[in-house]
Amino acid sequence: MVDATLHKPKEIREPGVVTLSLRVIGQILSTPLGAIGMVIVALILFVTLLAPHLAPYNPLAISVKDRLAGPSFAHWLGTDQLGRDLLSRVLVGTRTAMSVAFSALFLSLAAAVPLGLIAGYGPRLLDSLMILIFDSFSSLPMIMLGLATVVLLGPGSGTVVLVIVLYCVPSYARLVRSQTLSLKERDFIKAQQAMDAGIARILFIHLLPNVIGPLLILACLDISTIITLEAGLSFLGLGVKPQIPSWGNILSDGFAVIRNSPVPVIAGGVPLILATIGFTFLGEALRDALDPRLKREKLA
Amino acid sequence: MVSFLIRRFLLSCIILLVVANLLFLMLHMIPGDPTVVALGPRSTPEMREAFRHMMGLDRPLLEQMGLFLLRLAKGDLGTDVWSGRPVLSMILDVLPLTAMLAIASFLWAVLLGIVLGCVAVMQHGKWADWLIGLISIAFVAVPSFVVALYALLVFAVALHWLPAIGAGGDDFTSQLKALVLPSFTIGLGWVGYVSRLVRAAMIEAMGEDYVRTLRAYGVNERRIVFSYALKQALLSVVSVLAIGFGTLLSGSVFAEIVFSRPGLGKLTYDAVISRNFPVVMGTVLVTSALYLVCMVLADIISAVLDPRVRSAL
Amino acid sequence: MSDQPLVLDIEDLTIRYGGVISAVDNVNLSIRPGEVMGVIGESGSGKSTLAHSILGLLPKSAHIEAARFRLSGRDVNAMDDSERAALRGPLAAMIFQNPMTAFSPIHRLGQQLSDLLWRDGQMSRAEKRERIITMLRRTGIADPAAKLDAYPFQFSGGMLQRVAISAALLMQPALLIADEPTTALDVTTEAQILHLMRELRDQSGVAILMISHHLGVIAELCDRVAVMYAGQIVEEGPVEAIFAAPAHPYTQALLACEPALIRERQGRLPVIAGEVARPGGPGCRFAPRCSVAEELCRQASPPVRPAAAEGQRYRCVRDLA
Repeated sequence: MVDATLHKPKEIREPGVVTLSLRVIGQILSTPLGAIGMVIVALILFVTLLAPHLAPYNPLAISVKDRLAGPSFAHWLGTDQLGRDLLSRVLVGTRTAMSVAFSALFLSLAAAVPLGLIAGYGPRLLDSLMILIFDSFSSLPMIMLGLATVVLLGPGSGTVVLVIVLYCVPSYARLVRSQTLSLKERDFIKAQQAMDAGIARILFIHLLPNVIGPLLILACLDISTIITLEAGLSFLGLGVKPQIPSWGNILSDGFAVIRNSPVPVIAGGVPLILATIGFTFLGEALRDALDPRLKREKLA
Repeated sequence: MVSFLIRRFLLSCIILLVVANLLFLMLHMIPGDPTVVALGPRSTPEMREAFRHMMGLDRPLLEQMGLFLLRLAKGDLGTDVWSGRPVLSMILDVLPLTAMLAIASFLWAVLLGIVLGCVAVMQHGKWADWLIGLISIAFVAVPSFVVALYALLVFAVALHWLPAIGAGGDDFTSQLKALVLPSFTIGLGWVGYVSRLVRAAMIEAMGEDYVRTLRAYGVNERRIVFSYALKQALLSVVSVLAIGFGTLLSGSVFAEIVFSRPGLGKLTYDAVISRNFPVVMGTVLVTSALYLVCMVLADIISAVLDPRVRSAL
Repeated sequence: MSDQPLVLDIEDLTIRYGGVISAVDNVNLSIRPGEVMGVIGESGSGKSTLAHSILGLLPKSAHIEAARFRLSGRDVNAMDDSERAALRGPLAAMIFQNPMTAFSPIHRLGQQLSDLLWRDGQMSRAEKRERIITMLRRTGIADPAAKLDAYPFQFSGGMLQRVAISAALLMQPALLIADEPTTALDVTTEAQILHLMRELRDQSGVAILMISHHLGVIAELCDRVAVMYAGQIVEEGPVEAIFAAPAHPYTQALLACEPALIRERQGRLPVIAGEVARPGGPGCRFAPRCSVAEELCRQASPPVRPAAAEGQRYRCVRDLA
């Protein structure tokens, strides 16, 4: 038993985190999918950090005489029906999209990890009950879940984050649970139990590091869905407040004047398409790099 | 197998009950008067009173839930507090339109998806395979409402090829024309999904021992791909497709709004905008139920198609 | 024996995966019409690769070189993929190790068998069905007509292997390649299948290439046997001669490990120590595991030399004849 504690964890924990992540990044960049995704995501993160400095105008400044102008030297992407500079709105909208997405993702992970650990490690009855509730949420289509939440809480950034959390937590918690269930039976955990290690110690020192990898892959693949959900709710007028620059709001404003000018709809849609494709490509490449079993194919 | 299906069906019923109760409880968990939460501050006292009475909000919580479930069991989804119409009949009015949309989207997804998947397998490892893989992921990733907006912009606003709004008139041709753009925008994501599924399933099938047998007898490669590998691949894809159909039924919100097309999604959206909780609750329950029905159907279909499972029935 | 061309005539066949590693190395193999040739060896000795290469069933990553590669006098070496595909069936047909997975689980057996007969395009469905039924009956399957409408999972392994043999014989091949056809079956079924194959050989005169790791199967069925080790044929000759007086140390060790041939009660069962070495490098490939290896064995490639019996050859530096 003592032997098992000494050796098994080493087998399971990979080499140092730094060398591992460097190797993974190299692997991602070596595939076209990963390289495209990485470039787009890097660009988005760059814009997110520097948006206010990059934006040529105040994205909220209304200028009625310039309304619905086409692309020009002064306004690279033209203006919307209130004369607001679309490029500035798109750039600052990137920051909106990312801050909503990442705060929602962070909250989801923070909620899902303990829930999943409890379901996987706790008593059977509690596990079944939690699975039933997770399944119930999963049986609701994402957008319906969003609409139901909005009708009760009213629109706003907080509601959007909550909808995303409600969407993400069941699948993340399920993943943590199934990982926990399978790890629980492994020798190195049994050895810890035999040595009377505290539950908290087993959960956080031994189970969590092994659970976090697959969870991050799943989360990365989900970012594009999360971005879509936020933009979608905003497009419906049920997301972030209408005056805040966000891709969904730009599309919503553009949709109202689609017969007068195609520019706002195009300007709002392109970054959304880029972002969703970029994060999906990166997520796929990340999964291929970290989990080669999924990539294995056989064809003579 | 039969007992498995019965268990699946019962589980679905339980899930539906949980969903209903969760919605009900959410109403109470939010601070404030539940009637104001559900109907918004602009609702009149009469409407609030009608809603309070309908949901039995003046009684103890457990009794409320019991009454609520009893009503559901009788197929009563409540009444629209604004118009006084029964919610169920409002849903049944628009359901055929949404079903039509879902079927059309499904056809796009299945036909295009299978064709792309087959081409990818035939060209396995070559550039066409790679390109199809890339496009398929992109199709899955791109938000359907952006596709809808762009399709509207190009084919309806700029080119005037297809109608921009509505579900068409009484004649079948105009209905069909009105169906093209919305169904395409919903189906596109599924095209990518199906093509990846078909490709993966076929590649797996091509690695099976029996394919080696067929090759050892000099059977035409085309025949191996289409009448053996594709059949096996479809068998494993069909249950995913059936579940997908459930998702399509509810994925109509954006397409119906962008193309101003009456349907389940539009009904829900309008109810959300006007803070009409009973209608939202009804549509959410109905979509959830449809989704679960498709899940059970998926199991039945794959059981019927697979001779191994069929013989165990 | 006769003027007919050799059914299989291979000289100097080398098969490589990814450049250096050769799975099959300088193999010479010939089979006369009606002869039953056994190839025996451990897992990874290259015997299945050899068998699959005859029908061109190896993956594209395999690189095949041969001085001569002929099936019934036709030069396979010079053919392209489609010409090679056309040979499958009439010149050589194959049955595989696991009959349970050799057929598609979701197609009726009758359809699969008639698909295998696709080349006879002019044959009507009824005619195909008739021929299939006749052949199934010949291989000892009761009520064949009803069996055609069944699915493979409704059969036992032994019955499916009978079906596979019928399918192979329906092609009227000159050579039947059997890749461990009884490994997945139980002992009594194995005996029945071997009996069936011998009977069919006597009736139709088909030559058989029998791949096995089981000495009993080889002794039961074969006229000649080739012993493979790490991609090379280390000994070849008439079955009786090799079983009576194995020349190569590997063959000797192999015979010593055969449970049926272990006579006295021993404290421990005999084993060949070590594992099959990765092919490559100079010297005898068996040297690391050989109990009588000398320094010379690790340096020089052993020559092929004749043994005591007529037609028996072995590959070793030492003269044991």
